[in-house]
Amino acid sequence: MRTRLRRDVDWFSFHGTVLLLAGLCLVLLAAPTVIVVVVSFTSGFSLRFPPPGYSLRWYAALAEAEQLRAAAWNSLVVAGWTTLLSVVLGTAAALAIARSPRLSARLLDSLFLSPLVLPALAFGLAALMLFSLAGIPVSPLTLILGHTVVCVPFVVRTTVAALSQMDPVLLESSTSLGASRLTTFRRVTLPLIRPGILAGGFIAFMASFDNVPVSLFLRDAATDMLPIRMWQDLEGRLDVTVAAASSLLILATVVLAVVMERAAGLSRRMAG
Amino acid sequence: MAAAGVVAAPLRPGRAWTAAYDIRLALPLGAFFLVFFLAPLALLVLVSFYADPGMTRFGLDQYARFLLDPFSLRVLGATLWLGVEVTALTLLLGLPLALLLTWAPGRLRGLLTLIVLLPLLTSVVVRTFAWIVILGRQGIVNAGLLALGLTDTPLKLLYTEGGLVLALAQVQMPLMVLPLVTALSRIDPNLADASAALGAGAWRTFLRVTLPLCLPGIVAGCLLTFAAAITAFITQSLIGGGQMLFMPMYLYQQASSLNNWPFAAAIAIVFLVAVLACVTLLNLVGRLSRGRAQA
Repeated sequence: MRTRLRRDVDWFSFHGTVLLLAGLCLVLLAAPTVIVVVVSFTSGFSLRFPPPGYSLRWYAALAEAEQLRAAAWNSLVVAGWTTLLSVVLGTAAALAIARSPRLSARLLDSLFLSPLVLPALAFGLAALMLFSLAGIPVSPLTLILGHTVVCVPFVVRTTVAALSQMDPVLLESSTSLGASRLTTFRRVTLPLIRPGILAGGFIAFMASFDNVPVSLFLRDAATDMLPIRMWQDLEGRLDVTVAAASSLLILATVVLAVVMERAAGLSRRMAG
Repeated sequence: MAAAGVVAAPLRPGRAWTAAYDIRLALPLGAFFLVFFLAPLALLVLVSFYADPGMTRFGLDQYARFLLDPFSLRVLGATLWLGVEVTALTLLLGLPLALLLTWAPGRLRGLLTLIVLLPLLTSVVVRTFAWIVILGRQGIVNAGLLALGLTDTPLKLLYTEGGLVLALAQVQMPLMVLPLVTALSRIDPNLADASAALGAGAWRTFLRVTLPLCLPGIVAGCLLTFAAAITAFITQSLIGGGQMLFMPMYLYQQASSLNNWPFAAAIAIVFLVAVLACVTLLNLVGRLSRGRAQA
């Protein structure tokens, strides 16, 4: 009887603690997003929660916020080119180093992933020093080059993971059936690793679109980037327009993420 | 020709796939990294050895200035300590959530995974902005405290270290939970059943079976969270405000407002070395724990 009771207390106290802490964690994770979206529909002038009333006025204000719109366009263009460069360079590199036991391949793997752990701000400063030494003025081009360094690791990581999950028997049978290397790549390898490349490209795009530390050093005065614009708006005054812009960003991201989840199993690949 | 291929293929088994693609395919990215990643870092090291802001003569003055200055050392210490606090909080809340995720049935698991992933996909500025709304004078926490009569005047929550740790914990939480889920789902469920059958309670099973087996995941999660928390420039400056100075902002101030490149470079190098030292230390712990988990 007594041991039975003790077991029950033990079971309930353990599962109760886990549930309580996990619940707290879920609230912590979800609350900020929910609150930003709700506040963006306020009819008032402040970031009070809950809002005194609801309206679409801040979305209307957003339509006239030229600075934010221009900044968003710049960020999209830079993120687009960065993603293209990252996917081309990253996929080729991943093909070369995945499954290779050679020391050179292992070293290159560590090198290509190292921007992930280095403070991006330090790299931003270093890149600015290089460009000014070489006499190249900062421009959207320097932004794209800098962003590619910090975004390409995502493509390398997901593509290498996809390649190492591939069954080598498929390649052998393709070769033994007389297919050329190019045909094997196009018809067997590429379709199998496409989800990995897609997921990596998506993460690279998001990382570039959201990047502040590298952009701070490598943009010229004329090129306003969205996250920097929003950050400076927030430091100056707490503007509700930023809440409306944030909500639109959240919506766009959720839609993109759901599409990517369907196409590439995004959550599985991010966990790896 | 095709027939020759069929005959030739089995003669060298495995060769076709272990080195399926030429290592030269890595050359374009390798060259790109040489020019735009390694060269800048080398230049950063070089510039840090200039003795004066005008960059006319070499010397160790910048490092001496940093390492002998109590203010700079306090900034470094505060930054690393902030990383420890955030990592501890994310582990305390993230591990139970990871456990819940591995217990949850299919559909619920998908929903929970989405909630975990969302912050990772939302802009850092947006995530940080949300915390200003929550912690501000008119924010939800203060409104609740006032309504409950727990306080008469709004509390100062924004621009405090507690607020900053909480906000950073939310921002970095996915980096902790995702490796934990991976590690937990690799554990053979029979082990927990065996432990229960042998008479161990839920707590004992967790502490003696589950926890040691997912140590590699814990180390991986701590590593990512720590590195991200100490370099989270935006969150640090917006939630921490002007009173609290951490390494990234210190570096940025010296480089951009004061235009002191050699000192900024020295700060960057000291910061890089500190981050790498912490990462290496954690990696070492991870390798040791993996050895134990397999034994």
